[in-house]
Amino acid sequence: MPDALAAHAEAHGHSHGHAAHHPDLQHHFETLEQQKEASTLGMWIFIIQEVMFFGGLLAAYMLYRIWYPTAWSEGSAELNIQLGGLNTVVLILSSLTMALAVRAAQTGKQKALVGFLIATIALGTVFLVVKGFEYHDKWVLHHVPGLNFQLEEGQVPQIAIFLSLYFALTGLHALHMVIGFVLMSVILWMALRKRFTPEWYTPVEMAGLYWHFVDIVWIFLFPLLYLVDRAHQVQ
Amino acid sequence: MDTTAVARAPLDTPETADERPNYLNAEYGWKSWLFTLDHKRIALLYLISVTFFFALGGTFAAIIRLELLTPEGDLLGPDTYNRVFTMHGIIMVFFFLIPAIPAVLGNFLVPIMIGAKDLAMPRLNLASWYVYNLGGLFTLWAIVNGGVDTGWTFYTPFSTTYSNTYVVPTAIGIFITGFSSILTGLNFIVTIHRMRAPGMTWFRMPLFLWSTYATSLINVLGTPVIAITVLLVAAERIFHFGFFNPAVGGDPVLFQHLFWFYSHPAVYIMVLPAMGVVSELVAAGCRKPVFGYSFVAFSSLAIAVFGFVVWAHHLFVAGISPYSAMVFSFLSFAVAIPSAVKTFNWTATMYKGAIWWKSPMFYVFGFMGLFLVGGLTGLFLASLGLDVHLHDTYFVVAHFHYIMVGGAIMGFFAGLHYYWPKITGRMYNDTLGKLSAVLVFVGFNLTFFPQFILGYLGMPRRYHAYPPEFQVFNVLSSAGASVLAIGYLLPVLYFTYSIFKGQAAGNNPWGATGLEWTTQSPPLPENFPDQPVVTEEAYDYSKREIKVA
Repeated sequence: MPDALAAHAEAHGHSHGHAAHHPDLQHHFETLEQQKEASTLGMWIFIIQEVMFFGGLLAAYMLYRIWYPTAWSEGSAELNIQLGGLNTVVLILSSLTMALAVRAAQTGKQKALVGFLIATIALGTVFLVVKGFEYHDKWVLHHVPGLNFQLEEGQVPQIAIFLSLYFALTGLHALHMVIGFVLMSVILWMALRKRFTPEWYTPVEMAGLYWHFVDIVWIFLFPLLYLVDRAHQVQ
Repeated sequence: MDTTAVARAPLDTPETADERPNYLNAEYGWKSWLFTLDHKRIALLYLISVTFFFALGGTFAAIIRLELLTPEGDLLGPDTYNRVFTMHGIIMVFFFLIPAIPAVLGNFLVPIMIGAKDLAMPRLNLASWYVYNLGGLFTLWAIVNGGVDTGWTFYTPFSTTYSNTYVVPTAIGIFITGFSSILTGLNFIVTIHRMRAPGMTWFRMPLFLWSTYATSLINVLGTPVIAITVLLVAAERIFHFGFFNPAVGGDPVLFQHLFWFYSHPAVYIMVLPAMGVVSELVAAGCRKPVFGYSFVAFSSLAIAVFGFVVWAHHLFVAGISPYSAMVFSFLSFAVAIPSAVKTFNWTATMYKGAIWWKSPMFYVFGFMGLFLVGGLTGLFLASLGLDVHLHDTYFVVAHFHYIMVGGAIMGFFAGLHYYWPKITGRMYNDTLGKLSAVLVFVGFNLTFFPQFILGYLGMPRRYHAYPPEFQVFNVLSSAGASVLAIGYLLPVLYFTYSIFKGQAAGNNPWGATGLEWTTQSPPLPENFPDQPVVTEEAYDYSKREIKVA
């Protein structure tokens, strides 16, 4: 459609100068700014639907926690608080490196951008490896509902529901981490090819939003799953 | 750029002079369709997909009506019958009604109505069509292998523990397809926020966009909840987690809460876009602005918001607390208010309007009558006492078909008949269009009105056999279904014929307002030759000749 393109350039060339010809400006947007606003709004709406997605599970969590406080207390005590705490620190650190990566893209520091992206991916990997060890421990202890589950003497049976929710919530969270890896790998590949400039780095920022969201989910999951009634147990 | 001047260009003569390639003939070949980023082509891809599922779901409906012709279970056994009505429900709800208007008409119209070149995220738009079909394939696979017998509602613990059918692939199919409506909704919200043409303020937007926006909010906020719910059903079947299994302390009623948290608002996903189509048509068909524009606009949002807080009226007999039942009963009555606002405002618009008798308007009249009956019988079911008597009877079946078929599908057909000349550039046979609208209206009432009586008399839903005294109503219902089927098949014929032999429609065959009628039919790949600028309110018919093709 050469006509349409010509009309486009004619209509906007004078007012926005070089922006209209930016290679990353899609044809149906007027300006890079409009395009970025659209992406940002879209990403936030996506995050809202993610909140609703986890919200369904958290509603189940809330109901059963009220019904079975003992199971929650005993079930939570079965989780490894050291590994969970370590993972919390690792994820918060990865959020920091992600934020620094976005800042590096914004200021056009290509090497720093690549470095921070690699650091983010590395910290994410550490998280998943630790999570893998935790899952392995649960398997060894026969704490996996449905696959190999055995109650110990004197435990309430609803611990199975707590542990089911533990696996459902942390499993879905881990799945989101894996999707985050794919995203980060694409961003890293683009960064290595120097695709981002201070003028256009929307993908880095959007991937960052996603990554922070996945971190925040964990910030909720850690106390909800690992810290039930801990103070009581210490006494 | 004076859009009104363009809009008032010849109303009934096709523009032949220097036409530029439109979205249909700009490119050829299967790749240009399967990899297209053009929202108009994606709308047509969706039209093909949803028509396929509509036909499939309709076939299951035909089998149901055939079985119910006689009191004995002579055509199908109980197990087969369970599968047939389940597949009918799943296909019609998740694969036809929910995507029908938003993904076909919404996709086509949203960018054109706001004067944009495309949706904000064209690649996401194409991806959502593929996601939809992928989900459809899972479900089709389950059907081919023997189907599901849980009812479209997947109630636990039957679906999680006892059913020996393909629950997991169907659940995964619904999970995947859900993402297509989430992504479409997301795309519409972003597009309406960020892509409006200069001068297209929120309160100049056609009302179809308000209802599409409200629908998209429900898509984004509700669909993830059904996604996690069916995922939990699948997980419970595979891993025996026990979330919904009372044997280990799980709660089956929790499933019902989670399920209806989406599935009740889903009714508004179906009917809100139809209401948007009707708002457009009432204005165009009466040559008047819609009475109380802002009330109609905000009633869409009110329906979306109220729609989220009424779900537990499906659980009145499930043993929920009587106090919460009272609250949900009250809220269910409240959601009728914005719906009534719309109906009254449409009627007020028609008052002393110069109504034109074209086939889209026939469907609109059909919609208004059927939606009225469907809405009012909903109030019967929202009443705590009466619901105990009517719950799980044919009264419920009749009620929601009046909303889903009489409301949503009537609206879809009204929209198809109204925008067909814009989509294809061709006129169809208007007499046949009217005939089909009348057949659908008559056939529909014949099918479903007897079911109100059946339900009131106590015939439960989901049984393949029934006492002989109910036969007369069931025969009426099956006879009506045949008429309905003819009414639905006719448009397939004359629409197809019109593509090849129909008269050229011209830019604005109905003499209607709105940016979509200012561009050529079929529109350019970029929708408009120049960036349109909006200078008038929606439905400003005051300056227009009353002349229609």
